[in-house]
Amino acid sequence: MNKKIKQPGMTLIVKTITRLTVGLILLYGIYIVTHGHISPGGGFAGGVIIALSFIHLMLAFGKDLALRKLSEKLAAFFESFGAIMFLTIGLLGFIGGYFFFNFIFKGKPFNLFSAGIIPLCNIAICFKVGAGLFAVFVALILLKVPIKKE
Amino acid sequence: MIYLMCFILFSIGIYCILVKKNLIKIIIGIGIAGYAVNLFFILVGYRAQGRAPILAQDQVIQNMVDPLPQALILTNIVIGLAVTVLIVAIAIRIYEKYGTFDITKIRRLRG
Amino acid sequence: MNLASLPVSHNLLPLFVAIPLGSAFLVSLLGKRVKGFSDTFSNVATFSLLSISLLSILLVKHSGTVVYKVGGWIPPIGICMVLDGLTSFMLVTINLIAFLVTIYSISYMERYTAKWKFYTLFLLMLAGMNGVIVTGDMFNLFVFLEIASISSYALVAFGVEREELEASFKYMVMGIMASLFILLGIAFLYSLTSTLNMADISRTLAKIGDNQTVFFVAALFLMGFGLKAALVPFHSWLPDAHPSAPAPISAMLSGVLIKALGVYALARIFLNVLGMTAVSSSILMVLGAISMVLGGLLALGQEDIKRLFAYSSISQIGYVVFAIGMGTPLGILAGLFHLFNHAIFKSLLFLNSGSIEYATGTRDLRKMGGLTSKMPVTGYSSLVGSMSISGIPPLSGFWSKLLIILAAIEAKHFIFASIAVLVSILTLAYYLKVQKLAFFGELKDSLKGIKEVPLTMKLSMIALSIICIFGGLLLIPGVQKNFLNLATEVLVNGTNYAQIIFGSIK
Repeated sequence: MNKKIKQPGMTLIVKTITRLTVGLILLYGIYIVTHGHISPGGGFAGGVIIALSFIHLMLAFGKDLALRKLSEKLAAFFESFGAIMFLTIGLLGFIGGYFFFNFIFKGKPFNLFSAGIIPLCNIAICFKVGAGLFAVFVALILLKVPIKKE
Repeated sequence: MIYLMCFILFSIGIYCILVKKNLIKIIIGIGIAGYAVNLFFILVGYRAQGRAPILAQDQVIQNMVDPLPQALILTNIVIGLAVTVLIVAIAIRIYEKYGTFDITKIRRLRG
Repeated sequence: MNLASLPVSHNLLPLFVAIPLGSAFLVSLLGKRVKGFSDTFSNVATFSLLSISLLSILLVKHSGTVVYKVGGWIPPIGICMVLDGLTSFMLVTINLIAFLVTIYSISYMERYTAKWKFYTLFLLMLAGMNGVIVTGDMFNLFVFLEIASISSYALVAFGVEREELEASFKYMVMGIMASLFILLGIAFLYSLTSTLNMADISRTLAKIGDNQTVFFVAALFLMGFGLKAALVPFHSWLPDAHPSAPAPISAMLSGVLIKALGVYALARIFLNVLGMTAVSSSILMVLGAISMVLGGLLALGQEDIKRLFAYSSISQIGYVVFAIGMGTPLGILAGLFHLFNHAIFKSLLFLNSGSIEYATGTRDLRKMGGLTSKMPVTGYSSLVGSMSISGIPPLSGFWSKLLIILAAIEAKHFIFASIAVLVSILTLAYYLKVQKLAFFGELKDSLKGIKEVPLTMKLSMIALSIICIFGGLLLIPGVQKNFLNLATEVLVNGTNYAQIIFGSIK
């Protein structure tokens, strides 16, 4: 790599591997979220994995590229959106008579479309956790600390 | 026996919090003490030959452990994450203002 | 009016958590983009909370204890929320203060950037506190306690100056320790009873009978919740953390947070779940008495007005814990009444100190003087607050302190009664000091240019001082029966709590 043009991020090897794996990690996160109600995992774990895929990008390519894919503001928006979605699902439970009542047709166990509101809750949690974790990471990176030399 | 290890871990955490003078080390101490409590709670919920409390297809699982402590500990790990992030952010800000992590030098307020 | 027949009334309970939580995230979503949205929306949210908490009193009076099954699962398997006299009492206290504080912060928080962040954190803290009050199991108690604590840590550091950060760090370390102790206590309780539902724990403990573990659990809870309530051996975070926060938050922290997370949880767990024993009763009384005396003595020497108020909070919390610790019906009644009164006048005083800081820019008592002539509303409302807290008749503080002392005499604790009287005099001394230094006397030259604070700030101070003046009216038999007695009954019933809960599940 030419030293004069200083590129952000790590070496070529890391970048190549990242380019190959990031999509897979993201996909795996989505898989964990959508199958949360029939296998171990769920919204939180899946959300963390999705956030990690973006953090991975940030570590390999520097913060600019990652923030171009998912900016702080968008992350903050998704975080609030996830929380409100979760709460709305809970409030919709009033239709069935109780807060968080499982009001949708439950289907057969172990099918992808089953368990009523639980997959929806998982997706909401995934939004919240993924965006939240990413925002936290960005916030800690962006805190500029003037390093005093003694 | 294994409970004793939790206790030792907890003591190490408390020791870290009480004795160390570096902010970051205090935060690490908090983490250690938190893990000790988490571990203890999970162990309390375990029973001999227990299986994970997850239903599986075409299979009857006996001896399921109670999922309650596991749920609580999962929640507590998440809470621990949030707390750690916040306290690290505050520690960074303190460093920004005071230029040091040493608590003996950060003494604007008197007890 | 037949409230119980309304379909809404039954679903009232989850709203106490859902409204602040939902509005917190809505504010964070839209507060940045739409100007003035965060102000109006938070005020609407807290106002609706106040009105449904007032409704909940009627509901309790009408249909007794209500157990709400979240998601339709039957406790102890499912999560349940409990509405009884004590719950509605605490809800009214919290939401009343919260509403007045949000009105106050419309103008006060103009000085800070990012008002919407403030409202988000504030509403999250409110959701946490309401959650602690309405929940019926230890799991949710712990989770909501953490929500409230984490948002309060962030709020203490809201100014991002040196002192705020340091205070917040100290508060966080202590608060996390408290949470760990509480979690450890819950772990031991679980190992003993294999359940986390409060009523179920209480029922199982009654079956098991005497057990050494219960003492250990009680000690852990005392440490944890004592830290949150700032009882004296665990108080050292409070005088740093409460003054460092912005004034409306100091009012919330000192006025209700230490009560909701500390005193309420202590009372609920010690009286309703574990069952009060002679040992725990005397420990609570001694801790309360020590807090009273030490808090008062330390307050006397303070020069910073908010620090003085913070120490005074420790002293007054001592009164509340002492009175509830006596365990007699009159003692509990007095303790709860003092809790309510203290929430009112301590928030009032902190709001006053906020106004002073807003107008003059200082918190140092020595730099003030003669403020009443320039700021009449702040001056007179703080006079009302100070006189009320130090127990001058006919203000509300007098009645609750009188009841506490009477209860102590009735239970034959003469030494404690005399301590309570002496501390009351001490309280009068340091509040006279505040009045003399800050509001009376000559106006300092440097303060000639100050003005009275804006309208919304005045409004909430006036409202609080009116409640202070007429607070004694809560003791009129008709009112008392509907509000205070319902709350007292719950605690007096002690471990019959379990039967009441399981009895009211339909």
